[in-house]
Amino acid sequence: MMEDFWASFFPVLMIWFKCLVLLIMLPAMFGISLGITETYMKILIKTLEWATHRIQRASRAEEILKHSSSNGGLIQRDDSSLEQEIEELRRNRPKAAEQGDFTLSDVLYFTRKGIESIVEDDVTQRFTSEELVSWNLLTRTNNNFQYVSVRLTILWGVGVILRYCILLPLRVTLAGIGISWLVIGTTLVGFLPNCRVKGWLSELVHLMCYRICARSLSATIHYHKKQNRPKKGGICVANHTSPIDVVILANDGCYAMVGQVHGGLMGVIQRAMERSCPHIWFERAEMRDRHLVTQRLRDHVNDKTKLPILIFPEGTCVNNTSVMMFKKGSFEIGGTIYPLAIKYDPQFGDAFWNSSKYNMVSYLLRMMTSWAIVCNVWYMPPMTQEEGENAVQFANRVKSAIAQQGGLVDLAWDGALKRGRVKDSFKEQQQKMYSHMVVGDDSSD
Amino acid sequence: MGSTNSTLIKIPNVDELIQETGFSTAHIIRLHDRFKELDKERRGYLCPQDFGAIKGLAINPIGDRIIGAFFSPGRETVDFYTFVKILAHFRPADNSRPKESSSPEPINSRTNKLKFVFQMYDIDKDGKISRIDLLKALRSMLEMQVTEEQLDSIVDRTIQEADLDGDDAISFEEFRKSLEKVNIDHKMSIRFLR
Repeated sequence: MMEDFWASFFPVLMIWFKCLVLLIMLPAMFGISLGITETYMKILIKTLEWATHRIQRASRAEEILKHSSSNGGLIQRDDSSLEQEIEELRRNRPKAAEQGDFTLSDVLYFTRKGIESIVEDDVTQRFTSEELVSWNLLTRTNNNFQYVSVRLTILWGVGVILRYCILLPLRVTLAGIGISWLVIGTTLVGFLPNCRVKGWLSELVHLMCYRICARSLSATIHYHKKQNRPKKGGICVANHTSPIDVVILANDGCYAMVGQVHGGLMGVIQRAMERSCPHIWFERAEMRDRHLVTQRLRDHVNDKTKLPILIFPEGTCVNNTSVMMFKKGSFEIGGTIYPLAIKYDPQFGDAFWNSSKYNMVSYLLRMMTSWAIVCNVWYMPPMTQEEGENAVQFANRVKSAIAQQGGLVDLAWDGALKRGRVKDSFKEQQQKMYSHMVVGDDSSD
Repeated sequence: MGSTNSTLIKIPNVDELIQETGFSTAHIIRLHDRFKELDKERRGYLCPQDFGAIKGLAINPIGDRIIGAFFSPGRETVDFYTFVKILAHFRPADNSRPKESSSPEPINSRTNKLKFVFQMYDIDKDGKISRIDLLKALRSMLEMQVTEEQLDSIVDRTIQEADLDGDDAISFEEFRKSLEKVNIDHKMSIRFLR
């Protein structure tokens, strides 16, 4: 019985495999597209539009209010400053206002601001996934939408079957092939003596494998401004949303990766990659020695034959609606900085890795059961540290440029705030501004 | 499809909550999500440290007082029900609802909003804003460089202006009178966008 099963199953498996190789792997390896993904995306978009239409028709009195700003806030916020708001409060005073004074109504401003931040925190909001106005037929994003219609439910059901039973096995297979080829390929290239061919082969292997991996996520990436592609000996900085960022960027260019040495599968991949071209992997203990880290990076950058290094200065994954403070370490190395902006389209799949909610495996599983990953990458013109500019200012300048290009909000907050406490200086700033309004400029009466 | 129904089931006394606070179902769910976000250790209640972790609140000069408003005297925890009830103070007034004289005053009435603000000053909760209350409040709102004399003169002036019955403190009625021209509903309301 079992033999019969295998006898009939085996040819099917072979056919499937051959299709896989021909239709997906080979084109991916050589960077050409057969148009299958494009057609898939078109059908997907049409279906989602229809679904949104149905939902909007169904919601009657509860209007889905359009959010005023692009970052999808939960509550209405006034953009006016502390001074403006308190002035307005004071306009209704019973007595005439003197230059700088205190009114009982002043506290209304602080009270409201405080409650606003209890309901919705500007910073915390960045560390949870961006909520969509319309539903993209993935349950995980369905917070506000109740049962709408039978047709929609059926469509959703079909979507589940499609994603879990067809797309998921396909993608896992591809990912498996991609990673094994990466390990094997780079090890093989590693046996060659150092020469130009080795470098060229190493780049080829890396590119092919990353392309297969990108296919395994159904990633559609649009690269803009390719003329600004990073050159050897440079430092690339980008905003960080998820570990997939690496795959996205490496699809179009070769970079030297920087990171911590891991064990397990990651470790195997890291060691293999190291054999074919130099990357920078740090032991955990070494990471604490900032001087050592900077020195190693500097050495790499100064060697003009080595690939540009890729760094994510935010230090943590942010949900891709804003850019957090850049750590200055990367900007102290010297050398040319090539900023890259990455923006994911949340319509088809949420790429953000909420490391406190999901571990790596469940995250990858979520990625592989989404519809697709669509993102835009902009290569921006190189920047260097200017005269009289310190590392922090330079970092902020680069950060603003990236935020502007990617259409993300430029926040002054530190990404480490995800876990840490606020510095007192922020509170002092508020106190200072308010004091100015109460006692005026000079502190002496 | 729709985690809404399962979320609603998890919230105890949700109908009562809607009735008492006037929040819509969608808003209660959003607040519940927020509550869960703040309740990092999933205990089902919040304590002052959970509020302290909110960055916007940490930089607010009266942040501690606002946190204090959530905890009744002697209690160190606040459950979701109380959380929503306190936040209900900041719901915009619904002018569309017909006023029934028999029903109790809604949480977001002008008086109740004013009472909440009064709490921000009246730290010892004795029903009056005394000089000490006002001094403490000003100290936390102003920067270190402001001197004691300046604070004293501001407190003097404020109490003089608002105190009508001469007891050197501001009662709730006097407080209400001094803020009678302020559009409390506008300044003390939080509007949900979705």
